[in-house]
Amino acid sequence: MPENFSIKPYLRLAGLEPLVIRPETNFVNVGERTNVTGSKKFARLIRDNKYEEALSVARQQVESGAQVLDVNMDDALLDGVLAMTTFLNLLQSEPDIARIPIMIDSSKFEIIQAGLKCVQGKCIVNSISMKEGEAKFIEQAIICQSFGASVIVMAFDEQGQADTRDRKVSICHRAYKILTEQVGFDPQDIIFDPNVFAIATGLEEHNNYGVDFIEATREIKQLMPLTKVSGGVSNLSFSFRGNDHVREAMHSVFLFHAIKAGMDMGIVNAGQLVVYDEIEPGLRDLCEDVILNRNNDNNEATEKLIAFAETVKAKGKVEVRDEAWRNNTVEERLKHALVNGITEYIELDTEEARQKYAKPLEVIEGPLMAGMNYVGDLFGAGKMFLPQVVKSARVMKKSVAVLTPFIEAEKLEASDAPTILLATVKGDVHDIGKNIVGVVLGCNGYNIRDLGVMVPADKILDEAEKCGAAIIGLSGLITPSLDEMVHVAHEMKRRGMKQPLLIGGATTSRMHTAVKIEPQYDNGVMHILDASRSVTAVSTLLSKEKDQFLKQAKTEYAALREQFLNKNKKELIPYEEAVITKEYFDWKGYKPVKPSVDGVKVLKAFDLGTIAEFIDWGPFFIAWEMPGHYPQVLTDKIFGVEATRLFEDAQKLLKQIVEEKWFTADGVIGFWPASTNNADTIRLQTPKGEVKLESLRQQMKKAVGQPSYSLADFVRPDDLGGNDHMGAFAVTIHGAKKYIDQFQAQHDDYNKILVQVLADRMVEAFAECLHQKVRKEYWGYNKDEKLSNEQLIREEYKGIRPAPGYPACPDHTEKIKLFELLDVTANIGISMTESLAMDPPASVCGWYFAYPGSHYFGLGKIGRDQLADYAKRKGMPLEEAERWLRPVLE
Amino acid sequence: MKTIQDCLKERILVIDGAMGTMIQRHKLSEEDYRGERFKDWKSDVKGNNDLLNITQPEIVIGIHLEYLEAGADILETNTFSSTVIAQADYGMESLAYELNVEAAKCAREAIRRSGKQAWVAGAMGPLNKTLSLSPDVNNPGFRAVSFDEVVEAYYEQVKGLVDGGVDLLLIETIFDTLNAKAAIYAIKKYFRDTNKEPLPVMISGTITDASGRTLSGQTLEAFYTSVMHAKPLSIGLNCALGAKEMRPHIEELSQLSSSYVSAYPNAGLPNAMGEYDEHPEDTAHYLEEWAKEGFVNIVGGCCGTTPDHIRHIAQEVKGLQPRPLPKLETSLV
Repeated sequence: MPENFSIKPYLRLAGLEPLVIRPETNFVNVGERTNVTGSKKFARLIRDNKYEEALSVARQQVESGAQVLDVNMDDALLDGVLAMTTFLNLLQSEPDIARIPIMIDSSKFEIIQAGLKCVQGKCIVNSISMKEGEAKFIEQAIICQSFGASVIVMAFDEQGQADTRDRKVSICHRAYKILTEQVGFDPQDIIFDPNVFAIATGLEEHNNYGVDFIEATREIKQLMPLTKVSGGVSNLSFSFRGNDHVREAMHSVFLFHAIKAGMDMGIVNAGQLVVYDEIEPGLRDLCEDVILNRNNDNNEATEKLIAFAETVKAKGKVEVRDEAWRNNTVEERLKHALVNGITEYIELDTEEARQKYAKPLEVIEGPLMAGMNYVGDLFGAGKMFLPQVVKSARVMKKSVAVLTPFIEAEKLEASDAPTILLATVKGDVHDIGKNIVGVVLGCNGYNIRDLGVMVPADKILDEAEKCGAAIIGLSGLITPSLDEMVHVAHEMKRRGMKQPLLIGGATTSRMHTAVKIEPQYDNGVMHILDASRSVTAVSTLLSKEKDQFLKQAKTEYAALREQFLNKNKKELIPYEEAVITKEYFDWKGYKPVKPSVDGVKVLKAFDLGTIAEFIDWGPFFIAWEMPGHYPQVLTDKIFGVEATRLFEDAQKLLKQIVEEKWFTADGVIGFWPASTNNADTIRLQTPKGEVKLESLRQQMKKAVGQPSYSLADFVRPDDLGGNDHMGAFAVTIHGAKKYIDQFQAQHDDYNKILVQVLADRMVEAFAECLHQKVRKEYWGYNKDEKLSNEQLIREEYKGIRPAPGYPACPDHTEKIKLFELLDVTANIGISMTESLAMDPPASVCGWYFAYPGSHYFGLGKIGRDQLADYAKRKGMPLEEAERWLRPVLE
Repeated sequence: MKTIQDCLKERILVIDGAMGTMIQRHKLSEEDYRGERFKDWKSDVKGNNDLLNITQPEIVIGIHLEYLEAGADILETNTFSSTVIAQADYGMESLAYELNVEAAKCAREAIRRSGKQAWVAGAMGPLNKTLSLSPDVNNPGFRAVSFDEVVEAYYEQVKGLVDGGVDLLLIETIFDTLNAKAAIYAIKKYFRDTNKEPLPVMISGTITDASGRTLSGQTLEAFYTSVMHAKPLSIGLNCALGAKEMRPHIEELSQLSSSYVSAYPNAGLPNAMGEYDEHPEDTAHYLEEWAKEGFVNIVGGCCGTTPDHIRHIAQEVKGLQPRPLPKLETSLV
C-alpha cells in the first residue's frame, strides 16, 4: 500500500454493487418510471397488485442505463408504507435490479422510513426539507443518518418552495450548515434539489425557472463543493405533455447546460434521453432559447417552440433492449430465461415447448433441468450468486405452473402422490438447494411438504410422521449442519422410522454421508448431489426397486467408509505429539475383570455345527465378486439368480463338511496380567517372565480434540493402577487341503474354490464364536451379552480382537510374540511362513482387549520418527522394521 | 494506560480465536449446560454456548484466559447468539440481557486475573433470521423478521454488553448487511437514548463463497459503503473463508477503508468431515504476510482456531508495522 494513501470525499452509494460518484463521473441517471406519480403504467400495476410486472418496469430502467432507481409510492389510493415495503422486498431478490442503489422517494417520511428498513445498500432519501421547520428537519436527518442514507434536501423552507436563484442558494446553504454542524452529516452525503419547475407555460414569470435552476446549481457547487445537485427533469417540460419528441429535446438541452453548471444527477426516463448533438438543430435552438430564457421577450421563444411542437408528430420510439435471445430455439430461450431470471416470456416459451415435446414432463426433465443444471454450474463457479439462483428457481416454478395442469391431466389421482418432506436443519438458514429440490420434485408430481429452515430434528420427525412422508430430505449449507444431520439420522433410528433419508446441500458430501450419517440409520440414507438427481433417486425409492437401490447405496457407502479410513491421506503430526494426544479414558473408575481362564487354554476339534451358525456370508459373496450385503445379494437384479444358486451349493457343501467332519477346528486362547507405560508398550506378566508388546500409534493430523489411537491405550497404564489383563487367541481349520487337492485333481475348480472360501468363512466364524465365549465365559467380562449374528457382524460387542497385520496393528512381527505366548504351533499346529503368513491358510490370530472403551481403528500412515522409536523398542534393526512397516510408512 | 486507539497506531493488535471450538473440547453434557439453575428447563439447551456465561462461567473465563496467555489483545464476549431472536431456539428469550451482562463480566474477570491490558469486544452475531432474504422461494417478498424486531433485539444486547462493562462493540460475521444496519441503528439509538459516551464499534463482514460477495449478494465495496455510517474503529472480514481464500478481499478492503482493518479467518476451509484442520503455523504465516504487506491492524482467528493459532499469529505479527490510516481528504481534486 502506498504511504500517501488517501481517501477522497466522494459520494459513495451502493446496491449490491457500489456506485462512487467522482468528479469525472458523468451525469448520474436516476430511473424515474418506478414512480406511481410519474408513470401511469407503474401506478396501475401497483394498484392491481401486479408486482411481478412492476418489477419488469424497474428492470427496463436498469437495462436502459439507470444508475440509481427512484421508487415512489405516493398515491392516495395506495397504502404507501405497504406498497413501498412490498416492492422493495421483492426488488431485493432481483439481483440485476438490486445491483444499483435505490432512491427512496416520498413526501411522507413514514414511507421513507419503511423503505429504508428494506434495503441493505446505501440509499438516497428523496427528500427532506425545512418545510415544517428546523426541528422536524433535524429529526428526520438523524433517522436517515442512522440508516446510513444520503439525503436529497429540497430547496424548501417554512415560507415555501424556492423559485429564484437567491432563495434556492440561501435555503440550501442554511440546510447545509444544520446538517454538517448539528447533525454531523458528511458534506458528500448531501444532495440538493433546487427545484426544476415547468417553463414555457405561457406565464411570463415562469420563463426564468430554467435559468434560476442552472445558476443556483453553479453557485451551490461553488459554495459547497462536496455536495451534489439533483433535480426532477421532467417537470421542466410539463406543458408539452403528450409530445415526447419535444419533451426529450428540452430535457437534453436543459441537462446539457445544467450539467455544465455542476448538476450531478437527475431523475430522468433513462430510456428516453436523446443525445444533445443528435437533436435536429432547429428544435435544439428553440429549446435553448426557452430554457436559457433568451429571445423570449413577450414569450417569443415560447411561442416559437409551441408552434414547432404542433408541427412535429410525436415520433414513437422503440425501447432499446437486447432482445436478440428471443430469436433462438425454444430450448435456448428457456435456458436464457432461467439463467437470467426473466419471467416475462416464460409462459409463452413453456407452452411452445410443451407442444414441441411428446409429454409435458419431458419439458421439465429436458430443457428446464438442463437450464437449472447450467445455473447450478455457474453458481458453483462463483459466476452467479445466491439471489440469482433464487430467481432462476422462480422462473422454473412459473414454467412448471404452466405444465402442471397438463401433467395432472395425465395422472389419475394427483392427491395420492407420495409426500416428500423437506427441511433445512436446525441452525441453518440456507435453503436454496432444498427449494430447488422441492420445485423439481413438485414438478414430478410429488406432494412436497417443505418445513422451511432452522427446523429442529423433533419437528422434522413429528411432521414426517404426521403427514406420512414417504421420504425425508435434509438440507444444509454451513458445516455445523453436518452434525445436525447426523443427529436427525440418529433420532430416526431411535424412533424406529422407516422412510429413507436423503441428504443434500453444499457442505454435504457422499463421503461425509457414508462415514458419519449412513451408519446412524438403517432404513436408507443417501446423499443426493443435486436437484436433478433427486428425481431419479426419489422415483426409484418409491418403486419396487427400492430395496435393491438402497442396498447398492449401502454397499457403496461401506466401500467409501473403508476408503476413507484407509486412504485418508493427511498430514502427520510428530510421534511425540501423537503420544500426548492419546486417547484418555477414565481408568480410575474402571474395575478390570480377572479372566476365569488362567494362562493358556487349548480347544481342540471345536463343534463345526456351532461354528457354522456364526458365518458372515457377506464376505463369501465378495470373494465370488458379488459385492453386496447378505441376504439382499440373493435378490440382486444383476447377479441375484447366480448368487442364489451359489448359496444353495455352499449350503449343501457346508452341511456335508459339518456332518462328515471334513474339517477340524482347533483353537488356543490365553490371558495375562497386563499394564502399559502410558505410551505404546504393553507389558504382559507371564509365567516365563515379562513380555513386552509394542503398539503403533496413529500420526495423521486430526481435528482439535480428536485423539491419536493406539491399541496400548486400551490397557490401564501403570501410573493409573495397572493391574489390567490382556488376551490372545489363534484358531485354525485343518483338513481343507485334502479336499481342495481332491477337487483340483478332478478339475473341479468350482468346488475347490468353494471349499477354500468356506474354510476361510469357517475360521472367521470360529474366531467370532470363540470371542463370544471369551466375553461370556473364558474371560467373562460380559457374561450377560445377548447379540444376534448381525449385531456380531456389526461389531456391537464390548471389547475387540484385533489381528496383527491388520489395520489397527499392521506389524506382522508381533505375531511371533503371540505364537510364543500361546505356543500356537505346538498346541494347534499352525506354522508361519517367512513372511509370517499362517499355514493352514484358514487361520486367524489376534489380541483380546476387554476394556469397554476399546474399539477398532485404522492406523493410517506413520512417520519415520515413530518407525525409529518402534524399532528401538522392539530391539529390531531399523532396516528390518522399515521392511515390515513399509505399507504404513509415510 | 494507553487507549486502544493509541495502541492501534503503534502495533498490530490480536483478537482472540474461536470460542465454540474451545467449548467443544470440554465435551459438555446437557447437564453441564443446564447447571443447577436450568436443571428443569423445558427443552434441550446443549449447544447453547452462550448459556455457559451463566451456568459455567469458569469455563468461559478459562477459555478467555487461554487466549490472553496466547497473546490476544481483544477478547470477544461469548455472545454470538445472545439475542432474543437467536435464543428463541431454546426458549430462552428472556435471558438475552443477562447472557450479555454475564458474558461481559466473564471477559472482564479473565483480564483481571491475567493482569494484562486487553479490551473486551461485545460480540454481536448475525442472527438466524435475515432481513434481505426470503426463506420462502415462492414468496420472495416475505421476511421472517422485521427491521424493528431486529433493532429491538440488538438494542437489548447492546444494553447488556454495556452494562456488563465491554470496551467495544463488535458486529461480526455479517452475511446480510441489512441485519448489520439494524445493529448499527440499535447502537446509535442506545447511545442517543442514554446520553452515554458511544463505545467504538468494530464491523466484520463475511464473504461466503467464490463470488466474492456476502450471502445477501453485495460486493465487498458495496458492503463497506453500506456500513460506514457507523464510523467504525475498524472494519474487516471474518469467518466462512480460510486465510488463503480471504486474502484478495482483505487486500481490497485495505485499499478502501478509512478505518482500521481487521481480519480473523477460519482455520482453513472445512474438510469433508466439516472439521477445520489448518495448522496454527500456516494460519499465522498467512496473516504475517498480510501484516508485512500493510493490509491489517487487527488479526486473529474465527472457526476452528485455538489458543495455539492465536499464539502463533501473535508471534508472527509482533513488531510488524500496522496499516497506517489513510489521509482523509477534504477536497475532490
